[in-house]
Amino acid sequence: METKFRESIDKAVHNPNLTGALGRFSEAYRISRQKAYEGYDFEALRTQIAERKSYAASHLDELADLFTRNVEARGTKVFRTNDPARVREYILNVARENSVKSVVKSKSMASEEIHLNKHLEAAGIEVGETDLGEWIIQLAGQTPSHMVMPAIHMTKEEVATVFNEQVEEGQKPDIPKLVKFARGKLRTKFINADMGITGANIAVAETGTLVIVTNEGNARLVTTLPKIHVAIVGLEKLMEKFDDVVPVLTALPKSATAQLMTSYVSMISGPVPNTDGTPKQLHVILMDNRRTEMSQDPKFKQAMQCIRCASCLNVCPVFRLVGGHVFGKIYTGGIGTILTAWFDALKASDDIQSLCIQCGNCTEVCPGKIDIPGLILELRRRLAVEKGQPLAQKAIFSVVNNRKLFHSMLRAAYVMQKPLQKGNFIRHLPFFFSEMTEFRSLPAIAEAPLRDTIKKIEQPACKEKIALYAGCLIDFAYPEMGESLVKILNKAGIEVVFPEGQTCCGAPARYSGAYEVAAQNANDNINALLADGVTYVVSACPTCTVALKHDFISTFESLGQTDSLPRARQLAEKVIDFSTLVKKLVDEGRLKFKEGQHLGKITYHDSCHLKRTLHATQPPRQLLTQAGYEIADMYEADMCCGMGGTYSLKLPEISAPILERKLVNIRNSGAPVVVMDCPGCVMQIRGGLDKQRSTIRAEHTAQRLADELE
Amino acid sequence: MDAVFETFKLRAEAVSAEVHRFPHKSAALDFILYYLHDVGISHTPQAGAVWAPCPFLDGFDQKQLSSQLPGLSFDVNREVSAEAKVGISQLDWAIANTGTLVQDAARVDQRLVSTLPLIHIALIRSDRLVPDLPSALSKIRPEQTNYISFITGPSRTADIERVLTIGVHGPEKLIIVFFDGVVCDEPGRVN
Repeated sequence: METKFRESIDKAVHNPNLTGALGRFSEAYRISRQKAYEGYDFEALRTQIAERKSYAASHLDELADLFTRNVEARGTKVFRTNDPARVREYILNVARENSVKSVVKSKSMASEEIHLNKHLEAAGIEVGETDLGEWIIQLAGQTPSHMVMPAIHMTKEEVATVFNEQVEEGQKPDIPKLVKFARGKLRTKFINADMGITGANIAVAETGTLVIVTNEGNARLVTTLPKIHVAIVGLEKLMEKFDDVVPVLTALPKSATAQLMTSYVSMISGPVPNTDGTPKQLHVILMDNRRTEMSQDPKFKQAMQCIRCASCLNVCPVFRLVGGHVFGKIYTGGIGTILTAWFDALKASDDIQSLCIQCGNCTEVCPGKIDIPGLILELRRRLAVEKGQPLAQKAIFSVVNNRKLFHSMLRAAYVMQKPLQKGNFIRHLPFFFSEMTEFRSLPAIAEAPLRDTIKKIEQPACKEKIALYAGCLIDFAYPEMGESLVKILNKAGIEVVFPEGQTCCGAPARYSGAYEVAAQNANDNINALLADGVTYVVSACPTCTVALKHDFISTFESLGQTDSLPRARQLAEKVIDFSTLVKKLVDEGRLKFKEGQHLGKITYHDSCHLKRTLHATQPPRQLLTQAGYEIADMYEADMCCGMGGTYSLKLPEISAPILERKLVNIRNSGAPVVVMDCPGCVMQIRGGLDKQRSTIRAEHTAQRLADELE
Repeated sequence: MDAVFETFKLRAEAVSAEVHRFPHKSAALDFILYYLHDVGISHTPQAGAVWAPCPFLDGFDQKQLSSQLPGLSFDVNREVSAEAKVGISQLDWAIANTGTLVQDAARVDQRLVSTLPLIHIALIRSDRLVPDLPSALSKIRPEQTNYISFITGPSRTADIERVLTIGVHGPEKLIIVFFDGVVCDEPGRVN
């Protein structure tokens, strides 16, 4: 990771204006977005958008031709190019031919993508951004911190200072007055401008129509007052039918700003008369800049389904801490990382892709149904292929891939950690490891791993056998979680077997882009777990469960190792997470809770993979309630705890504040115990509570249930 | 109809528009004249009112109206609109579930009076109210109209500290005036 990048993160997380504004916004957004979608079937709506946009992405050429024919027939000039330099050149030519001295712009990401302002200004043309946020940023000489709210990081005092220094003295930090001031100043620019530049939100091919959405009304003035209108349209904006406008225009305002409809929508299908009666010059630039290539990539084609609402930014636990400046580019946040990799260069996404913690929040709200974390993983994989893995990482994974060596090293580590260990925790690590224990204690490696202790459990002889996949954390740090699971399943008349050949699930390698390593882990585990005649393979770690159930298949697919797919699918069928299995056994009457228990208040933390990949939010809650616990829901119960596997080791400066928020929410629930289904979350949350010397206990659901069954 | 109207009113008011409804054109005209008088329309700069050509005006004597209310102009151009406090125009469709007005705005005068003045009075025939976006889109033909405007509430921003502020580049006040009592003359056509 580049030092400059690390510094930008440090600067962002220590900027209270930025984190305060983004934090408050993300909290308000969650509620207001939900309210805006009341009465709408969001799943149906986004399926429609995804289908229509995907169709367009598969027919880009055809739709671009149709669009061009239709608008040209009404007197619009169309210029289509893959090259950003030629876009700039075309606009400069139009400007020269018409002696354009000043330009007003309404918000256009496409123009920012090609750094148009810089080039126009270099040619002596005055360029005025007219979106209030964009204008403030332009005056301040900054870059946007958010795609929809570019100046969200600035306070009214800072805005007043910028106005005083750059425009006119005497401005007070009073928001309505600042807005009024901007209105007056920009009004003059509108009236005097020779050319208006806009983007477009949709370009309808069958009618040749541009759809432009704004709240301030600036696009209406930009397209009305100057005699020339240039619209820069990324090819991904093309849609086939006029009807396709409906789902996009229904979702965009709700997802972007939680409005039912933006204040203004303009649909422009051709030149209209100017105020002096002459016909307007209308130019539409269809800009490719690798969009065609993207639409032909089997993985990244879905990124063409983006409608630029920025909701992936608004729900991201990382974005609300660091904001847009850390991205250093035009497009920010989850989708921005992907767009930067394509419209700029794969290498340009090297640092920023590491910001994704893979929590999956964005996949729940994306109106284009884009698997943003999945695509970021794919970037990671391609980057790892292109530049190779870092040496240290390679060394670690070569150990992980050698099961026996890996396991004997973990045992050796138990002996070596002794001097650092306090109870079950390691509170301080020396030297360069110290960052890992700065904000949370780490669990000590257990004296005996689950693979040894399980042999000592006397299990009843049962007809049904279920294989336990422990995963590294339960096996070596928290064997007691596995022991609880055995106890519970025994009560249902099930014997738990522990296939010895099991090893790391490969998630750390996969999430680092080291797919070859992950594939070998997958093969080892498939061989071990399919050997016994078991009805299920159960895991009490959701990340491992997702690996076994979904990731093995996708890793093999990515690497083209199709031979391994049938057995990976065979395993996937058998894999189940702990709570879903136990809920099933309770429902079938094979397990019974002790009657009439009142076990007091607990709060439940939803682990990312359990909620958003396995969709098991209810089973653990229902089980805990049936056992006799009263669940006191915490705020943002399903927000990531900041663990993210190796993420917390790579980016502790981000992991720590995410955990801090989680701990506050746990405390505010008033419950003395926080329960969760993931040993990784236990490690993070328990470690954080220990560092704060909190009396709140963090436990796995299995541990809480083990003693409450008949 | 009344339930649909109530939905429109609720949605439009939720985005800070004012909504009125009158049983016929002359009642609507009385309201507008009273309103213009009330906000002090006069010949002085920034105090004028400008009314774009529209079917609503059919049957009214514009000369007489201008003399009755100094400062009211029916002669729309860039300068007059930029100087006006109030702009008046008739819109073609209203969408109930978002509180939106839709207009064929290919004529520049229609846009000038609804973008430049501080206050926009939007006239709309009550029978032009449709329930939702799909029904509105099924009525308009973009291939026949080069500029279609959708207006939902006054101009707004939240770009400074996310504080909602009304009236940035467009009007800071949107007054929607429905009028009943006309039969649908040319069905399916945008005025």
